[in-house]
Amino acid sequence: MIKYILISVLISLSTIDQNSNAKANFRVDGVCGMCKDRIEITTIKLKGVKVSKWDISTKQLSLIYNEKKIKLNDIHKSIAETGHDTDKITATDKAYNTLDPCCKYRDPAVVKNHQ
Amino acid sequence: MKYFLTNLIFLIPLTIISQANISGIVLEKSSTESEIVLPGANVYWMDTAKGVVTNLDGEFNISNSGNYNKLIISYVGFKSDTINIENQTFIKHYLKPESTLDAVNIKAISKTSSVSYLTSQNIINVSSEELLKAACCNLSESFETNPSIDVNFTDAITGVKQIQMLGLTSPYILITTENIPTIRGASQTYGLSLIPGTWVESLQITKGVGSVVNGYESISGQINAELQKPNSDFPLFFNTYLNTMGKFELNTHYNTKISNKLSTGLYFHFNNHDESHDTNQDGFLDLPLSKQINFLNRWQYTDLERGLVGFLNFRYLEDDKQSGEVDFDPELHRLTTNYWGSEVNTERFDTSIKFGYVNPDITYQTVGFQLAYSDHSQNSYFGINQYDISHQSIFSNIIYNSILGDTRHKIKTGLNFNSDRYKENVVNAFYTAIISPNDYATEFINNDRSENSIGAFFEYNFDNLSNLNLTAGIRADEHNKMGTFLTPRFHLRYTPVEKSVIRLSFGRGKRMANIFAENQNLFATTREIILTTDDLKSEDAWNYGVSFLQNFNLFNSKAELVFDYYYTNFTNQVVVDWENPFEISFYNLDGKSYASSFQSQFNYYISENIDLKLAYKLYDVKTDYNSGSLRKPMTPKERIFLNFSVNSNINENKSQWKFDTTFNWIGEQRYPYPIAENTTSIIPIYQAPTPDFTTVNSQLTRVFSEKFEFYIGAENLTNTKQKNPIFMSENPFNQGFDTTFVYGPIFGSMYYAGLRFKIY
Repeated sequence: MIKYILISVLISLSTIDQNSNAKANFRVDGVCGMCKDRIEITTIKLKGVKVSKWDISTKQLSLIYNEKKIKLNDIHKSIAETGHDTDKITATDKAYNTLDPCCKYRDPAVVKNHQ
Repeated sequence: MKYFLTNLIFLIPLTIISQANISGIVLEKSSTESEIVLPGANVYWMDTAKGVVTNLDGEFNISNSGNYNKLIISYVGFKSDTINIENQTFIKHYLKPESTLDAVNIKAISKTSSVSYLTSQNIINVSSEELLKAACCNLSESFETNPSIDVNFTDAITGVKQIQMLGLTSPYILITTENIPTIRGASQTYGLSLIPGTWVESLQITKGVGSVVNGYESISGQINAELQKPNSDFPLFFNTYLNTMGKFELNTHYNTKISNKLSTGLYFHFNNHDESHDTNQDGFLDLPLSKQINFLNRWQYTDLERGLVGFLNFRYLEDDKQSGEVDFDPELHRLTTNYWGSEVNTERFDTSIKFGYVNPDITYQTVGFQLAYSDHSQNSYFGINQYDISHQSIFSNIIYNSILGDTRHKIKTGLNFNSDRYKENVVNAFYTAIISPNDYATEFINNDRSENSIGAFFEYNFDNLSNLNLTAGIRADEHNKMGTFLTPRFHLRYTPVEKSVIRLSFGRGKRMANIFAENQNLFATTREIILTTDDLKSEDAWNYGVSFLQNFNLFNSKAELVFDYYYTNFTNQVVVDWENPFEISFYNLDGKSYASSFQSQFNYYISENIDLKLAYKLYDVKTDYNSGSLRKPMTPKERIFLNFSVNSNINENKSQWKFDTTFNWIGEQRYPYPIAENTTSIIPIYQAPTPDFTTVNSQLTRVFSEKFEFYIGAENLTNTKQKNPIFMSENPFNQGFDTTFVYGPIFGSMYYAGLRFKIY
């Protein structure tokens, strides 16, 4: 009995929304581990985003998301709202100013400190 | 000169063009000859937002107005590459897929042994570097530099070091090799000595109940040993070891790549000890004479493009031990009362196959499958007691990993199938007539015994990506002896402030006891086996744990303080009662049985090359015996552990000195109660607790180059010795003869030397 329930659970889990998975890869500005946490946590909390990984050295954000649930542009917007520039949307100064001093990626001195 | 000029003429325009425009194609390296284009890959200049995406044919065209020279190509599920642009105008680039299977990616850890900060379970990682600190010989010694596991002293008959966790012996620890349970059933007593130390690549030690994925049997902890892998081990490795007791060991590894995807490894181990030693002059060998041949062949298949990995393993071993009186000659005196002697001959065959699949498009979906078979047989006699066991075992499981919504919510689910067939033959020579002739005893003693179980598990993990991580798992199993039961397990990690970690865990564990296989030392006594019930129930326990870890800086160096407390409460236990010196009895627990363990540990990483571990352990292990509630015999209440290691800086030619020393203080232990029913008995009264004592082990390694290193070491430098490890050694066939009361080292100091040679 247990076996059948599990097998059916396995099959249903593996078939759910298989086809609506989209991948995206774009640049998000940031400098440190705190930026990484902020970018990843902001994006993963968006409904429809399944996988979010940001690479400090390449500044690339890799996403897997459900196209039916969220538009890529909305993801860009949400990131910009936290203060991080993406390759499509530049964060407002107001948003940028809320960042922690160590995350001020527009400041060459901060960037240099992280290198 | 002419060529140079022509080249120059051609190169100049190319360089100029390259500043303006670069086109190319991005492909995926595939297993077959065919090339797969990657549409939608990102191509951009490093540290800029200037980039393009490849079209449906994998082609791109990017302008270089800013004179950038580093082009990055990336794609989800593949490793990003950086390309230096000098004067190329066309780039054909292959991306390599990223592998995300845990089974393949063995992460390098900087500290040789470290408590994980991120997982919800209390897992201690022991790297190969740490394993080298105890150079000899097999898995049982691999724990000597680790304070979470207590290694007991070998008795003169089995010659095997038994391990304990949280105050409980190894049957309550689930020991797996590459997640396949191995040290169980017939191999419970000798199993650790059948896994050569050099084969072990790393260890993962989980304190408290582990994950539900590996089964319901673990109660006090899980130990997983990852073995060397043909892909990552040295192509050729050679190790020898020799000690002053006359023990010789040889290990060779040979690994080769057969194709891009397939590699194989042959691992051979041999050990031999044929010198007789009787330092305490009790007429008995201090250490068994032994010989082992152990052979492993592994095949590793890795196809990263398709996300497939697989292993196929075969192992065969033969292990022979002889112990007892120095003058005992097996040919002449086997099973006679002329001299007391013992032989234990073991033969084992293992095979296993594993598969893992990562969906290359959806990297969070993976499927793993394992199937393992083992056939273990042991023929042995101890004096005139005989014990034979054969055990065939099949283990298989399938695991599916995925996420719910997003990667903060992970799930693992799957099925297990387990089947064990035992055949045991017990001849308790003096007292055969007295063994209760009930059904249970007959079944144990002559007939086949089968245990089968099928189960399903589900584990949910939540990680809020900052300070909270919890794992909740449940499994349901149907077992032919234990019935249908649920095993829930829960783990939580919480970081209230930076650098502090709190962990909580609780869960159930359940197992069938194998009374003879787990307590083989009973045969090396003249005790009568008493089985008062024909229905020994399955053992059932709940384990609760809490742990606190604090990181801080002490004189500008990193330090850690760890406190943990674990409590195991048995709702049923098969009680092993040694209290009467003439008997050993097994019965179901009637009342209370618990093990509580407190450990405080201080780790100090004084510099890159010097570190120190100090631990204090306090155990309270009590069981309601028929004779009353008593502390577990031969188990120290307190222990102090100190490990100190220093390495010199690594020179340019990779040469280095490494030194480490381990200090153990072991507190008093209780002898079982002497029951003076028979006042005329000549049995010595051992009412007093054992003395406390300290032992010191040290090792010095000289690394000459990447290829060659030499080590020397000493065990028991303080020359601590237990005076009379064998009671009634002068009359081994009389009542009272007992070899099981070992609390300390039997032989004094022992020195060893060895070398390691590896070819890249």
